Amino acid sequence: METIGQSVPKKESPDKVSGAAMYTADRIEARMLHARYVISPYAHARIAGVDAAEASRMPGVRAIVTGQDSDVLTGEELRDRPVIARDRVRYQGEIVAVVVADTEAQAKGAADAVRVRYEPLPVVHSPAAALRPDAPILHERLGEYVRGAGVIPIPGTNVASVIRIAKGDMEQGWAESEIVVDNRVTFGPSDHAAMETRSAICEIRPDGHIVIESSTQVPFAVKKYIASYFGIDSGFIIVKTPFVGGAYGGKTAIHLEPIAYLASRAVGGRKVKLVNTREEDMVTSPGRIGLDAVVRLGSTRDGRIQAAQILYHFDGGAYNDKSSDVARAAAADCSGPYAIRNLHCECLTVYTNHTFPAAFRGYGHSELTMAMERAIDKLADTLGMDPWDVRMINSIKPGDIAPTRDRLTRSNLGDIQTCLRRLKELSDWESSFSRVDDYKVRATGISCFWKNSSIDSDAGSGAILLFNPDGSVNLETGVVEIGTGTKTVLAQMVAERFGMSVDRVHVKFAVNTLDTPEHWKTVASRGTFMAGRAALKAADDAIRQLKDIAAAVLKVVPEDLAIGGEKVFLRDDPSLSIPVKDICYGYKYPNGHAIGGQIIGRGVYIQRRIEPLNPLTGEGTPGPEWGVGAQAVEIELDLRDCSYRLLRSISVIDAGRVLNLKGALGQVMGASAMGLSYASREAFYYNADGQVLDPTLRDYTLMRYGENPAYTVEFIENPCLEAPFGARALGEHGLIGMPAALASAVSRAAGVRLNVLPLFPETVWRARNGGEGTS
Amino acid sequence: MRLEWRINGEGRSADIRPADLLLDVLRESFGLTGAKPGCRNGDCGACTVMANGLPMKSCLMLAVEAAGQDIVTIEGLANAPAQRAFIEMFAFQCGYCTPGFILNVHALSLAHPQADEATVRSWLQSNICRCTSYEEIREAVYSVLGSARGTIDATNG
Amino acid sequence: MIGFDFDYYRPSSIEEAVSVYQRLEGQGRHPVYLSGSTEFITFARVGLMCSGAVIDLKGIPECRMLAAGEREMTFGAALTLSELDDSKAFPLLGDTGAGIADRTSRNKITLGGNVCSRLIYKEAVLPLLLTDSDVVVAGSSGIRRVPISRLFDREMRLGRGEFLVQFIVGSSYRSLPYASVKKRKASAIDYPVVTVTALAAPQGVRYAFSGLCAFPFRSEAVERALNERGLPPEERIRLAAGMLPEPILSDVKASADYRELVWRLTLTDVMEALES
Repeated sequence: METIGQSVPKKESPDKVSGAAMYTADRIEARMLHARYVISPYAHARIAGVDAAEASRMPGVRAIVTGQDSDVLTGEELRDRPVIARDRVRYQGEIVAVVVADTEAQAKGAADAVRVRYEPLPVVHSPAAALRPDAPILHERLGEYVRGAGVIPIPGTNVASVIRIAKGDMEQGWAESEIVVDNRVTFGPSDHAAMETRSAICEIRPDGHIVIESSTQVPFAVKKYIASYFGIDSGFIIVKTPFVGGAYGGKTAIHLEPIAYLASRAVGGRKVKLVNTREEDMVTSPGRIGLDAVVRLGSTRDGRIQAAQILYHFDGGAYNDKSSDVARAAAADCSGPYAIRNLHCECLTVYTNHTFPAAFRGYGHSELTMAMERAIDKLADTLGMDPWDVRMINSIKPGDIAPTRDRLTRSNLGDIQTCLRRLKELSDWESSFSRVDDYKVRATGISCFWKNSSIDSDAGSGAILLFNPDGSVNLETGVVEIGTGTKTVLAQMVAERFGMSVDRVHVKFAVNTLDTPEHWKTVASRGTFMAGRAALKAADDAIRQLKDIAAAVLKVVPEDLAIGGEKVFLRDDPSLSIPVKDICYGYKYPNGHAIGGQIIGRGVYIQRRIEPLNPLTGEGTPGPEWGVGAQAVEIELDLRDCSYRLLRSISVIDAGRVLNLKGALGQVMGASAMGLSYASREAFYYNADGQVLDPTLRDYTLMRYGENPAYTVEFIENPCLEAPFGARALGEHGLIGMPAALASAVSRAAGVRLNVLPLFPETVWRARNGGEGTS
Repeated sequence: MRLEWRINGEGRSADIRPADLLLDVLRESFGLTGAKPGCRNGDCGACTVMANGLPMKSCLMLAVEAAGQDIVTIEGLANAPAQRAFIEMFAFQCGYCTPGFILNVHALSLAHPQADEATVRSWLQSNICRCTSYEEIREAVYSVLGSARGTIDATNG
Repeated sequence: MIGFDFDYYRPSSIEEAVSVYQRLEGQGRHPVYLSGSTEFITFARVGLMCSGAVIDLKGIPECRMLAAGEREMTFGAALTLSELDDSKAFPLLGDTGAGIADRTSRNKITLGGNVCSRLIYKEAVLPLLLTDSDVVVAGSSGIRRVPISRLFDREMRLGRGEFLVQFIVGSSYRSLPYASVKKRKASAIDYPVVTVTALAAPQGVRYAFSGLCAFPFRSEAVERALNERGLPPEERIRLAAGMLPEPILSDVKASADYRELVWRLTLTDVMEALES
């Protein structure tokens, strides 16, 4: 029976519609203590003193933890962030103290009574300000921080990391260019705004095991880094993750877990629960990176791009976390899906007094795409060419060389040309601009994208299959179920391999690092690829074992056997068979003798021949495959106040192979919605002191029901030969082109080139009146 | 203070502070964690329950205000049309906003079985879903309402 | 989660509410009245409001009254915005209230609560200003009925210990043409950039605004200017802009110049609709 491709509803559906699905903060225990933060109101200040005397005497208070309790510095790429601020705060919302009390209300009351004396320092508001010669230096000890190989900081400046891509011969490229255009785009930080705020619970058991329950995408990384930060053997650390209520990259940062550990340690190991308020989730925990980018394109008069010079200044916030790696991913794909022989990119990750960024769906790619696509629109305008034609002419093909010097093939690239052609039809491109009445204009904008899901070269995944006495099978993997339905897709793969009904594959949702095989991180749309490879290998392992037992029972050789319909049968004569349920716990002969034993299938996968990027040249192999696609957004704009409605969103994406149609459509549509929401309305507003003015979902507004456009999503299928069933990554891609396509549509409608996000009507109006937002 | 409510059809009582929110009492005193805190500011709708038949944000309601009322949480629905529709239409991903959405749709379907487009929009704009595109939720709502589902209107701003 | 404790009172009569208030005030408990309680809860959570006792008014029948007589309509201050909208008793009030927050929140937010909000918008007061409504107020000196113009100046000016019981609106206003338009920054649920309400009374069109300045208002001078029918609408709006009670608000929702633009455009549409 064919399971792959079917719209199998998510296996956890009954739990999620009935309230039975448990998330971290749903753990409620009477003896658990509760923690609340004291956070800095200043974006940049020296901590002159923390007076917790009064607070510590308040009822129910069990401990108050401050920066003085730990000198550990954390950070995956660059260890620059104290668990709790010690002498200085570098962003508004940074945690200065943590109060542990019997109830949350007591903890909050006491947190309000902690007196912190601050001496305000000058605030760095943007990458541009951070790079000025007289800018305050945010990390004086930058040169001393422990760092990963890909991070190249410049001590004495606010540059946390520099990456360069240098391909081809720029001089020649400019010489062959008849037209040169420059375009600058800027946008500030925004937020993931997952509906579940981040939370963590920690206890230290009498035997020394540290048990952390956390709403994280990366339980195995939490285990590894807590071990490393605090010098504990990793075997003593157990991380559990139940369902996660939305993540989008925001729950990759290891942020609350070390705090919960310090809090539990301060109360003798008792279980302490920590749940972010929405405001803390927005300003204290990380958000999405900001960017200031300049793209210079050189082209012939017929629109062939000869050279591209790209400058990225990423707003790395107060601490590095993953920002330099987001920047690295953007630099590696900086050309977009275009064949540009002569390419130079300088990519700086710059410290500012903003909240530190985490990964965000797309991992630098909606950012690089906005920069490149806006430049291509400008080039098309300058050349007087159709922007679709400019994209098609320059689109990248098998045989071309990526910025990383990878040679592209149909398997590792996909087919952007077919996506573009189909987009042209679906979007009625020939009538992509029209006047509705005296004031209203309709316009469509387009964008292309590509994304390589680049992760650590030794990242891996594992799967275990355990049979039940009824012949059904249990699937366990380390993928966190964050809403993508990955575990259902993995069950489909297993069912397909066994030739059984997906209803007979039971899935374990919660991850427990004590007994769940590691899945590196639930990030980068790698669940179906890596865990899929592992699950298929586990299925093959189980099939081999089943055939061995069946061969003995049926008195044939295993090679002559096949499996399907929960039976092992002779390929030649399926009537000679034995049910799986009769052999999956061993086979018992009539005389009582038994052979075999419980079938336990195991499979692991580790990435193959991935090479980290050389930060000076950009050479490397970031990941096994790119995902490509083309997107369009149609809007209707009122020229008077520049308000606009989203009419249509169209995506054509090379899926490789669609594994679960409705699931795949949902991933693309949901990602597109997120891209449109942040491009049209999401941004943090900072005042002159660097304080966020809109840290609630009331003022930081998200798209709501009925504001969405109509969605058209089409998949083309060019398999990636390395991927399970040929499926390419899909979880992030629907987002990537949306901001650029929206900016293009609004620019065309308003008749002004827009290069900032978000595109509030006032922003557009101001641009039309010659203000900022233009180029 | 000791108060009583009718919760999911059963008489229940608990000792609470007057400052306690209905959301926290449902979760902490009765273990009904299907009511989700998302913002505690009345903005997201994840904590929506039904109180005397109306959808209510349980973070905007003191438990004492709801004393004596008939409260329905997601745990009180069993195989309701809205629950089935949300599964069939893939109308959730992470599932965190889902109980609130389903209770709102359930209440809507009881109050306005033939709700028009404007009413649906007005009610459904009370909740935020960050995972889906809302199209899936729209499909689920109209499959529950049973009114002739309008064609997807590309101009619905 | 509210970090401080308070006592909760739910009087069932006006007299009881007043006496409970006086007793608590005498004990130094700084009592506050509430009806929908949504603003109290959200402000208390973040420490912007604190009180030792709250007095919930929604158990008082007069505060929950909804009546549409031949001469007068009565709207209890503890009616929710959803109830007002669903009743269709007075569409101008129902529609304007239906622009506030979202539907589920409006199942809790009350008319009196919105009018007495600490936020600057208080859009539910606009129809009450347009209709020269009367306000029924209760306090230690009894119950009084006062024209709204005497009580509302940028905000509701109640005496210490007083609370809103009802609004009384002349029934003749119910049939007059009206407009109520809320313009937001970008999203469907948000505070207004501007809200324009207007009512075509026989003597001329009345206007009241929220979001334009840091308080809702109806201004005689502005109304006179907007009713100079001999002048083209743009000219009348230009005149009115010079008579605003305060410079136009500039904040994260909109800058003053964009807000003015949106106000002018909205007003133009409203004038065209109500004057045709």
